[in-house]
Amino acid sequence: MSAFDPVRKEIVVDAPAERAFRVFTSRFDKWWPRDHHILEAPLVNVVLEPRAGGRWYEVAADGSECDWGNVLIWDPPRRLLLAWQLDGDWKYDPALITELEIRFIALGPMTTRVELEHRNMERFGGKAAATRATLDSPHGWSTHLGLFAEAAGTEERC
Amino acid sequence: MITNAFAALADPTRRRIFEKLSRRSLSVGQIAAQLPVSRPAVSQHLKVLKDAGLVGVRAEGTRHVYAVDPDGVAAMRAYLDRFWGRALVAFKQWVEQEEDA
Repeated sequence: MSAFDPVRKEIVVDAPAERAFRVFTSRFDKWWPRDHHILEAPLVNVVLEPRAGGRWYEVAADGSECDWGNVLIWDPPRRLLLAWQLDGDWKYDPALITELEIRFIALGPMTTRVELEHRNMERFGGKAAATRATLDSPHGWSTHLGLFAEAAGTEERC
Repeated sequence: MITNAFAALADPTRRRIFEKLSRRSLSVGQIAAQLPVSRPAVSQHLKVLKDAGLVGVRAEGTRHVYAVDPDGVAAMRAYLDRFWGRALVAFKQWVEQEEDA
């Protein structure tokens, strides 16, 4: 495995593909790890506009919004291709486009395999290199990653 | 100056150079020998890749050897690998509770 290989994950869920697609795309408020967002105010919801070209953005408690990316392919209930435009510091960068593909494969009427592939890791290179200078400092990226791991490990159930 | 990795890799020749360097480190001459591009042009492309933080250079005797430093990308990849793993587990919990509309 190389650092440039896509991130690939899959999980089998006890739900029809239609429901899996619907919950994935419209219920971020339920399942998205709450600590992972950009704006200062607490995360209220994440919105994915249900069409090709649609925006993907977060909404904070104070009503502010911040883009995350957009919809490249909208093909319910089978396939979703999103542009993920958040960089290594979890900041929106309109010049950065990495592809996030999610496939919903019906294994039975109540069973769906969800396959996720996040591609174009090499495009994080420039930003990652800029961040590398701070990597060894106490407040550097490695600390950020450590905090992320802790937060992800104790994510709230809402 | 192109400082963004995505913009730097938008050029097909630079992408080919970057892909070659992701397999092994190479000198300017070695890259020029493998592509229909002159040495000065290769040097210029390498400068753009270097400014974007995508490749590094070290001196070996009288020549300069270029290489991809995958550390930063590897850290970001590990971050996303953990993130998506946990996000999908949370997704599974909710989708299995949810009723069909």
